[in-house]
Amino acid sequence: MEGAFGPPPDRRDVGRMMRLAVLVKQVPATDKVKIDPETGTMLRTEMEAVINPLDLYAVEEAVRLKERLSGEAEITVISMGPAMAIEAVKDAISMGCDRGYLLSDRRLAGSDTLATAYALSQAIRKLGPFDLIFAGERTTDGETGQVGPAVATLLDIPVLTYVSKIEEIGDGRIVVHRAIEGGHEVVESPLPALLCVVKEINEPRLPTLSGKIKARETEVPVLTADDIEADESMIGLKGSPTRVVKIFYPKITREGEIIRGDDPEGAVDRLIEFLRERGII
Amino acid sequence: MKLEEYRGVWTLGEQRDGRIHTVSYELLAWGRSLADKLGVELATVILGHNLADQVQELIYRGADKVYVVDHPALAHFSVDPYARVLTALVREYRPEIFIASATTTGRTIMPVLAAKLRTGLTADCTGLDVDVESRQLLQTRPAIGGNVMATIITPNHRPAMATVRPKSRRPLPRDASRKGEIIFKRFDEKMFESRTRRLGFIRDETAESPVQDADVVVAGGKGLKDGRNFDMLFELAELLGGAVGASRMAVDMGWIPYSHQIGLSGKTVTPRLYLAIGISGAVQHLAGMSSSEVIVAINKDPDANIFKVSDFGIIGDLFEIVPLLIKRLREIKGKEGEGK
Repeated sequence: MEGAFGPPPDRRDVGRMMRLAVLVKQVPATDKVKIDPETGTMLRTEMEAVINPLDLYAVEEAVRLKERLSGEAEITVISMGPAMAIEAVKDAISMGCDRGYLLSDRRLAGSDTLATAYALSQAIRKLGPFDLIFAGERTTDGETGQVGPAVATLLDIPVLTYVSKIEEIGDGRIVVHRAIEGGHEVVESPLPALLCVVKEINEPRLPTLSGKIKARETEVPVLTADDIEADESMIGLKGSPTRVVKIFYPKITREGEIIRGDDPEGAVDRLIEFLRERGII
Repeated sequence: MKLEEYRGVWTLGEQRDGRIHTVSYELLAWGRSLADKLGVELATVILGHNLADQVQELIYRGADKVYVVDHPALAHFSVDPYARVLTALVREYRPEIFIASATTTGRTIMPVLAAKLRTGLTADCTGLDVDVESRQLLQTRPAIGGNVMATIITPNHRPAMATVRPKSRRPLPRDASRKGEIIFKRFDEKMFESRTRRLGFIRDETAESPVQDADVVVAGGKGLKDGRNFDMLFELAELLGGAVGASRMAVDMGWIPYSHQIGLSGKTVTPRLYLAIGISGAVQHLAGMSSSEVIVAINKDPDANIFKVSDFGIIGDLFEIVPLLIKRLREIKGKEGEGK
């Protein structure tokens, strides 16, 4: 895999600092999550949390791009979540991002993917302009992958999903590979653009000690809904077109024949019989 | 938004390299049950180039109407023209439900479209139903890391949009006597412009894992304890004429490549036989295989979730049972071989 020491990308005309942004989210670290029975949304306060593992690839790719541009880039991390999500922003800074912001406001609680995308797009407008915005493929908690494309749409910039490689960048354009069914599509886009990257794009680094120290010392400003001039009707539960109406444990769907394998020979014989009954062998 | 102005169920047809892809027919199976329950028409919208001679097939597979937009700029998926054309069509015809397959195309265009239309979208549904009285689409999917299921509605916006996993439903049988209407829609050239440009395509056959098309899937999980133990699963899969799948745990441990992963963050399969070996059956895994025709599980934990969805289960040590099963299947094969 081509890494930080790979050939420099085509960078004609990158005479100025490139402005890069990375969107990250904090997600539950364990599978033990509590749910608010009233709203059906996650109770984020009582659990251990980490930066979304798939966002690390977006952070890494931004840092690699900065390295390939001989440092002529600055990387801003943007996250949205409760106050504790500042740790996710700091994790990204410890990997080499320059600064970070956390969008945190009670009024944003309960936002679905569209309301989240709206809030993030407002933050990007406020903090930008950016030449390139990186996002992970999806989060490991919601698993929708919808926020990246929606942010790009609300910003009216091109979105490139499933990006597995940055082929070249320069002249206000970017060429990427998209990992899609049956192979890789090579696509060119003007900048600014938003990239949703997949796992195969790189191998995220571990933060260095100096990176960790820098993250500890970097102040991460918290932005409110007012700071990003959000239309209140478009954030939080009010701004979310979708509603969770029921949370449940999946019901038992089959009443199968379950046998004990104390006598393995007998169990296998019965299994063979079963497969014959069902016409499989 | 007046919800009652929105009527009908739409599916997004998909073509690859100019051929209608089977996910289009799977979606019609989903859409047909929703449309019948609501008593409305089922329409497919399909974008591409030179599709005219194939679109009738969508009618045979369950569509009442097919909207076709045919243009060279639509030959391959491209966000800008697809989003513009679909937005225009939704605004003109106002379907109440619009579903797509969770392919890379569906997962890209649907959030773009939902953001443009400012409506709700639910990804990767494992169940779709409608509440006839309220006409709400009930979208069920694993939630919160796959620990539980959530049912989601889009109460006040239309269309209610959702994606479903490829292979999560079998297409309806082809019925060549079905009648339907095919409507070719034309748009101004400006609609087909794109900011991005496709420069090429590098085909990679290994990107497609055979597991999705296999009749038999032999899948392994944490219980295998080591990547080398997948060897016996490959042997078993070969004897059964199938392919090997894996749980997320096995993939995360590096025992087998991601292309074999079954579940919410991997592939969905609906084989004739799903043989789960050493897989506990987290909701996230069940989401990718519970529609299999026959499910067999081997696990030493009698309380493993996987047994609840199994047609046949053996509570026991897989390291005893699997080698025996391989031995017995080989004997059977051997006898068949002699018989020929």
